[in-house]
Amino acid sequence: MAFLANLVDTALGTALDVAPIAVILVVFQVAVLKRRVPNLRRILSGFVAVLLGLTLFLIGLEQALFPIGETMARQLAAPEAAAAAAAPAGAVEVDWRDYMLVYAFAAAIGFSTTIAEPPLIAVALKAEEASGGAIRSWGLRIAVAVGVAVGVSLGAFRIVTGTPLSWYIIAAYGVVIVQTFRASRAIVPLAYDSGGVTTSTVTVPVVAALGLGLAANVPGRNPLVDGFGLIAFASVFPIMSVLAYSMATSWLNRVRRATPSRKEAT
Amino acid sequence: MKGPVGAVSRRLFDAARDLAPIIVVIAFFQVVVLQQPFPNLGSVVVGLVCVVVGLTLFIEGLETGLFPLGEALAHAFAGKGSVAALLAFGFCLGFGTTIAEPALIAIAAEAADVASQAGAIADDDAAREAYAYSLRIVVALAVGTAITLGVLRILKGWPIHVLIIGGYVLVTIMTAFAPDEIVGVAYDSGGVATSTMTVPLVTALGVGLAASINGRNAMLDGFGLIAFACLTPMIFVLGYGMVV
Repeated sequence: MAFLANLVDTALGTALDVAPIAVILVVFQVAVLKRRVPNLRRILSGFVAVLLGLTLFLIGLEQALFPIGETMARQLAAPEAAAAAAAPAGAVEVDWRDYMLVYAFAAAIGFSTTIAEPPLIAVALKAEEASGGAIRSWGLRIAVAVGVAVGVSLGAFRIVTGTPLSWYIIAAYGVVIVQTFRASRAIVPLAYDSGGVTTSTVTVPVVAALGLGLAANVPGRNPLVDGFGLIAFASVFPIMSVLAYSMATSWLNRVRRATPSRKEAT
Repeated sequence: MKGPVGAVSRRLFDAARDLAPIIVVIAFFQVVVLQQPFPNLGSVVVGLVCVVVGLTLFIEGLETGLFPLGEALAHAFAGKGSVAALLAFGFCLGFGTTIAEPALIAIAAEAADVASQAGAIADDDAAREAYAYSLRIVVALAVGTAITLGVLRILKGWPIHVLIIGGYVLVTIMTAFAPDEIVGVAYDSGGVATSTMTVPLVTALGVGLAASINGRNAMLDGFGLIAFACLTPMIFVLGYGMVV
């Protein structure tokens, strides 16, 4: 059965990815720490659950969502290109407004794949625990997903217009630097981390297909040069949105605290 | 609903809720915008059931396996008090988890194509393979260095924003001097280096270390390892592009 063969294949692939981690853990545990791990059986069963879960997750995505998502990304990038090619001769300039549907799709797919991203779920759970509940895992994930949505959408706009990647990324870093000095210090490390965890198993295949599809279909773009970079957008913008989320919450708290005290004063 | 049945069904419900947005987006664009039917609906449904069950198992495993393991390691290293052993562990963990990362292998192969088209390397398979392989080594070295540096930062309590912003400034300066075709690859390599298995383990390690060292705060000092792992590959790949 093709499905079972695929299952075994993916399970082996996942096990192979994890093998170096397992070897490093065992070597350091035995040779350096020389101490028994507490609750070893429970941890091992958790490890197996993670492996099995990741395998099923990947297989399911490959079977159910990736084929449609990737075809969709290519189809959405294509028809407008055909229209642009049919435009009167001499119209070499691509009108970025022909691609509104692509930006909408980029934002929607960036948001929704990020919500389902397993490493982000892990970091959000840990952040809720480490902050004693001050940061809610669901709120953090929404903030990150909004950042990815804006980033991927803007990245699609960049591919359509063919403007240099470095302008956008450097400008985005500029905003992040300003925000870093204005936001509360406790959120900064978490915000920096959330840039890295958003682009993973679920987001990368669909977003990469969108980038390559766009670069292949928009006249005058080279998929090898312009196809890259969407991932970079999806990594910078969540930093911005998480810092903004934290600044907005602390501002709201200040306003809420300020309002009743003013009433008391009058 | 209490007991194990309630807990399992609650987790399944959470997983289904996490996936709902993707299903809605894809269904909407397929049916309303592109006006096409769903191909093989049966296999889509089987796939979705796998995804929900898989995500449920993954999160269960995080809480019983990866998180406690990361914390146990952090406590054990903090108790042992050997900084060298901890730093060596950080380097090995970063290097080992990155070198086999499938997303990195894919990016490296594409980057080799770009380089051979641009004429930076010879246009044959051997040259491309050698280029892709050395790119993977460069990124793995970068992530190993990142975790080592990040752990050192937790131990010393250095402020993270100085290091990260300094790093980004360096990236900006290097972008100006690096060959154009490596820039996109370098920026993307920062994002792909951190995998699904590494993130929970490294996060638990960082938070665990910060919690077991006096005067360190879990939020202020525990997070940030992933941020380093995203930054250093950009610097290393840009540097590699300038040298090769």
